[in-house]
Amino acid sequence: MSVEGKPRRTTGWSGLGDHFPTLGRTINAHRLVYLDTAATAQKPEGVIAAEQEYYRSTNANVHRGIHTLAEEATAAYENCRHRVAGLISAPSAESVVITRNATAAINLVARGLEHTFKAGDEILLTEMEHHANLVPWIMLANRTGIRLRHIPITDEGLLDLDRMTQLLTPRTRLVSLVHVSNVLGTINPVREVAEAAHAAGARILVDAAQSVGHMPVSMEDLGVDMLVFSAHKCYGPMGLGFLAARPEILEEMEPMEGGGEMINEVFLDRATWAEPPLKFEAGTPNVAAAAAFPPALDLLEDLGLDAVRSHERELTDYALDRLGEIDGLVVFGPHDPSLRGGLVAFHDPEVHPHDMATLLDQAGVAVRAGHHCAQPLHRRLGVVATTRASFGVYSTNEDIDALIEAIRFARRYFQS
Amino acid sequence: MNTNGLDQLYREVILDHHRHPRGRHKLHQVDVEASGLNPSCGDEVTLQLELDGDRIRDVAVDGRGCAVSTASGSILAELIQGLTLDEARRIAELFKKVMHGEDVPDEIDMGDLEALTGVRKFPVRIKCALLPWVTLLNAALDDAGAAREPGGTGGAVGGEAGE
Ligand SMILES: Cc1ncc(COP(=O)(O)O)c(C=O)c1O
Ligand SMILES: [Zn+2]
Repeated sequence: MSVEGKPRRTTGWSGLGDHFPTLGRTINAHRLVYLDTAATAQKPEGVIAAEQEYYRSTNANVHRGIHTLAEEATAAYENCRHRVAGLISAPSAESVVITRNATAAINLVARGLEHTFKAGDEILLTEMEHHANLVPWIMLANRTGIRLRHIPITDEGLLDLDRMTQLLTPRTRLVSLVHVSNVLGTINPVREVAEAAHAAGARILVDAAQSVGHMPVSMEDLGVDMLVFSAHKCYGPMGLGFLAARPEILEEMEPMEGGGEMINEVFLDRATWAEPPLKFEAGTPNVAAAAAFPPALDLLEDLGLDAVRSHERELTDYALDRLGEIDGLVVFGPHDPSLRGGLVAFHDPEVHPHDMATLLDQAGVAVRAGHHCAQPLHRRLGVVATTRASFGVYSTNEDIDALIEAIRFARRYFQS
Repeated sequence: MNTNGLDQLYREVILDHHRHPRGRHKLHQVDVEASGLNPSCGDEVTLQLELDGDRIRDVAVDGRGCAVSTASGSILAELIQGLTLDEARRIAELFKKVMHGEDVPDEIDMGDLEALTGVRKFPVRIKCALLPWVTLLNAALDDAGAAREPGGTGGAVGGEAGE
């Protein structure tokens, strides 16, 4: 059909997929076509080997021993913090708190800044947030009586910036928004929002779970005060996430958990806290994951984050074209691929997303079906669920061709 | 494409219920109403019962969901009409057990529900098949058959997983 002028060439790095062991799997007698990177990215050999190697040769607790293994473990753990600070241009390594995931990082902020909010204060979110950037604030509102406001989206899935200007008032204390929507794909103009937030005297947190590792992301360039993301969505291990924040915010934040490692001095009835970031890292952390993340960052640096971004952009462009060939399919989010990250969610009036995902899986095509932890957004879109295909460095045009063929198969199967 | 596995899941009876769901009508009188949802995948169902004493005179089912949950709701509408609340609860409980792996007792005829046992090979879809039945159990028939106020919501099945 109408793909003239768009050669069906293989985009990306030939053979890169070979470095990701899971991609070699056969699913229901078909090559695995993994189109669920937005849920979690597959892991390159280097990450898997590093996690193993940590347990085989280093394994020790961090910040607690003076023997060689303990020193090596601590060095590996702190090296991860340094690498992440460099990756996202955080103010310093000390401004990076290591958490379990992006969700934990947002909860840490909501708890940590709780004492600075009073009834009547407002937090400005958006209609396109993941539950991770909605529920912690709802819980905070329940505890403190603050008010949550939401920037609406346009029908095309862009933030309504005019409404934002009206919603930003002297009562607004914090703006928290997603960088790249995990459903619409929209890349939000974070820098513009940050300037507006600061002009109104509010702080800004960006949920970069879908952008870090998929495009260059710099706290400095975005002008944000806080940024969170998870390692597992950028080819790193599970159980590792980050909160990066300006130092004075970390100073102001109360710790959420008490225990070992987060203290300075402890008496039977009182204690003083360690300096940030350790103040927020009570208990034994996932050192193996921290040791295994740098190889993922090496890979991304070798490819170049600008090249990774163009790769995902080209794939998205191709996917939008090809999905457009299927009659009646509704694709959500901006039409212009330069405004989108590497994912496409759609609704097929003929096949419910849940059935779609089962049918596609029979063809080896792994997609996500459901509300993708964004129920309010789906309500806004007028559907209960969508099917989402998302891309990574290893994705190719052939993967998208396989998706299209599988969607056609699903339709035929349900019609017959 | 080899569709043997799929054909176990989407048996003809199920596709038929999905294409022509039963129970999609308005009741004269709503004595019990309950809704349930699958938070992880976005299936929604609303059940309404019209009672005559403790006998179910009529059933209406509405909702937006996948073929499996829609078919299961449709089968429910057909199956429990005319039963007492207690009989309906026993079917729901048996069906739950069967979907979690127990054999169907020989002496029991599950009617079209039998066709849904193919869903057991697709563990993530079991919730879809159970949704209308769990909704019935949670909201309408607990407390020894005490009907809740119309508008009460049923429980949600399963947790919200992952991203
Ligand atoms: C936009 C967005 N924010 C937050 C999260 C939460 O990430 P995690 O589950 O790793 O905490 C996700 C992914 O699930 C996401 O897509
Ligand atoms: Zn379902």
